[in-house]
Amino acid sequence: MAEVTMRVWRGDASGGDFENYTVTQNEGEVVLDVIHRIQATEAPDLACRWNCKAGKCGSCAAEINGKPRLMCMTRMDDLPEGTVTVTPMKTFPIIRDLVTDVSFNFAMAERVPALLPPPMPEDGYRMFQEDVERGQEFRKCIECFMCQDVCHVIRDHEENKQYYAGPRFFIRYAELEMHPLDQNDRREYVREEMGLGYCNITKCCTEVCPEHIKITDNAIIPLKERVVDAHYDPVAWLGRKIGRRTKRSATEAGVQPAP
Amino acid sequence: MTTSPYEHHEYDVLIIGAGGAGLRAAIEAKQRGLSVGIVTKSLLGKAHTVMAEGGMAAAMGNVSSEDNWRVHFRDTMRGGKMLNNYRMAELHAKESPDRVRELEQWGALFDRTKDGRILQRDFGGHRYARLAHVGDRTGLELIRTLQQKVVSMGTDVYMECKVLQLVHDESGRVAGAVAYWRPTGEFVTFAAKTIILASGGVGKSWKFTSNSWESTGDGHAMALWAGAELIDMECIQFHPTGMVWPLSVRGLLVTEGVRGDGGVLRNSEGERFMFNYVADMFRAETAESEEEGDRWYDDHNAGRRPPELLPRDEVARAINAEVKAGRGSPHGGVYLDIGTRRTAEYIRRRLPSMYHQFMELAGVDITREAMEIGPTCHYIMGGVKVDADTAATKVPGLYAAGEVAGGMHGANRLGGNSLSDLVVFGRRAGMAASDYVEGGSGPSGFDWGEVESAVARALAPFENENGENPYDIQRDLQEMMQANVGIIRTGDEIEFAITELETFTERVKNISVKGGRAYNPGWNLATDLPSMLTVSKCTSRGARERKESRGGHTREDFPKASAEYGTFNLAHTIAGGTWDGEITTERSPLLTMPDELKALLEEGK
Repeated sequence: MAEVTMRVWRGDASGGDFENYTVTQNEGEVVLDVIHRIQATEAPDLACRWNCKAGKCGSCAAEINGKPRLMCMTRMDDLPEGTVTVTPMKTFPIIRDLVTDVSFNFAMAERVPALLPPPMPEDGYRMFQEDVERGQEFRKCIECFMCQDVCHVIRDHEENKQYYAGPRFFIRYAELEMHPLDQNDRREYVREEMGLGYCNITKCCTEVCPEHIKITDNAIIPLKERVVDAHYDPVAWLGRKIGRRTKRSATEAGVQPAP
Repeated sequence: MTTSPYEHHEYDVLIIGAGGAGLRAAIEAKQRGLSVGIVTKSLLGKAHTVMAEGGMAAAMGNVSSEDNWRVHFRDTMRGGKMLNNYRMAELHAKESPDRVRELEQWGALFDRTKDGRILQRDFGGHRYARLAHVGDRTGLELIRTLQQKVVSMGTDVYMECKVLQLVHDESGRVAGAVAYWRPTGEFVTFAAKTIILASGGVGKSWKFTSNSWESTGDGHAMALWAGAELIDMECIQFHPTGMVWPLSVRGLLVTEGVRGDGGVLRNSEGERFMFNYVADMFRAETAESEEEGDRWYDDHNAGRRPPELLPRDEVARAINAEVKAGRGSPHGGVYLDIGTRRTAEYIRRRLPSMYHQFMELAGVDITREAMEIGPTCHYIMGGVKVDADTAATKVPGLYAAGEVAGGMHGANRLGGNSLSDLVVFGRRAGMAASDYVEGGSGPSGFDWGEVESAVARALAPFENENGENPYDIQRDLQEMMQANVGIIRTGDEIEFAITELETFTERVKNISVKGGRAYNPGWNLATDLPSMLTVSKCTSRGARERKESRGGHTREDFPKASAEYGTFNLAHTIAGGTWDGEITTERSPLLTMPDELKALLEEGK
């Protein structure tokens, strides 16, 4: 059994500082195990968010040695020797210690115009594996929000949050856009209201995704292409000008009742 | 009504828990135009439903056209060792196909058959391939779909808000709840015409469990304190395949889908030992030899099902026996091998989370190496006694659905029947609660005395300076329950546990909490411990009274099932509505099954 020094940020919205804890580290342990050991012994009030401890719920995201990681999937023996620094995600306001206020993401979720499928046939819809697979990749998302945390557009620019949905929601829009059953058209909405254009495809989101979703290549770039097609297509442009639309706009789509 | 000294909200329907059952109930009540609030201890989308892996059982017949609700009903009853509420099993079998299909209307993307229908996979105890799934992350698909639907309907969700206790009116109807916000530690009260408990399970009272920190039995305990009955609390499912190494992940779930997709169990001698553990009840439908079992994997008509796919209680006991007999793996489990039968590409496509989980946490490549696995506390069949059709409890206005409700699964749950249980009975609870509200029923007051006593109890650990660390009590409780009321039980050990639990009650009264009220996990644990103790007491008492072995309750001193004990549930009530009140345990006869359903159980025996 080895000992390890954990440098953990403690504090709240009014400020805080690092505190060092020297604790036992056993074979095979992950960062969350060691944080739990600190809680169970020296600091029962050390705040951290977690649920499944299996990489499935996305609750325990934090910045480990400066990089966003799931604490439950980061093995201590994979980290460089020496002190391990754990800080809360930087992009979100602090609640306490390692827990941040991620309500920005839930607010963005409320603004997603719902799926609008055709009426269901009696024996269910028919869809083919190759058609659902594109959306399935994005639905692997466990909502750890590390892609949001690492995105430059909002990490260093709080003011952008009101115009920018972020990578987590770009994959959601891409999923709906590619959904075999969906009849809503959110392309203008994603461009105008959700700030898709702010993304300059640096792929930082893809790099941190614990589900290895190819956020940039498979969601954001195709979404940008579709949005550009819709926006600059002269026929669609003319349609908007003369107020005739063949597809529902996203703003209307937002109030379409799903079944 | 008195003005609340705390933040206060009012709803027609208040739902406690935001897993599959709670969210499905919310959708139903919202569709009826009622005001709905959902309270959850965690963030939305993180409930334990997210961890379900293999699939949701529904007799759609997309893969095996012979399948229908009758066979599903039969499998569920046999899997539950006939202790089930037959009417719940019947409704579940009949309604789950519609519940799966409606998820697709809300955006779910299940894996497909070649002709574009929902693909179904084989699982333990299910006669036909019956589990609709998305790889090995079906629970995530279910919760995300329901979550997105609930959000699109504009439902109020109170996240990281923990309910401490239910509140009554003077006539004993349910009238609301008192809770606290975890981020601030401030209290909040809810007045509600009806409450639906959808709070999940209790697994955190055992040391090795697949359950998250949330599974502390809050709903079970609050229902009991509020006057409802708990049944079958001794019936705890130990899932046969949890990880055993490294120690820090011991108990983490390994999906039954590994066996459904071709994985086999071997002991340290390389023997497929499950062939030695086929109970008479399942002999007719189980392969006799490895050759026959192997043929079945390629063509289900060419042989019978291999014994690795027996119900979970059978497999868990067999693994336990092999380890005890000295034929276990180095870390006290047995081997689960899928790499021998299936290609690496197949395994990574069908079981991506399992591949990832073993690679990252154990350094094991499951496409080439066998996994070391052993039983882990996974699910409680027991729960709040409810009416099958309405999910109504004994307390007027109080409903329960999902894992917190008892009866559906009898003494043992089949894999895949949980996700479908959530949506079938979540919907029914939502319907019945809405009927109650629309029918003009509701509380006539709100007992502020109950609020004040719950608040005082929650705050007491801050006043107590030299008491115990709640983490120490939790650890000791988990070790005690694992050792004495675990997978194999004896009368002496159960008696010891019952005595010990009284000591734990005194220890819980002497907790000290350090720090402030804002996001303080130590305090949160202090508020969980009364629930954990209450359910542990019921489980131990049920285990003492059930002098037989049946499903998820195995007594070494009574190794066989007894016909007499197969006629009743054990029902618990608590005196005085207080958490440390005296628990009474009584026999409660099973419902009488109509003859046409009885006949189904005989088919293909």
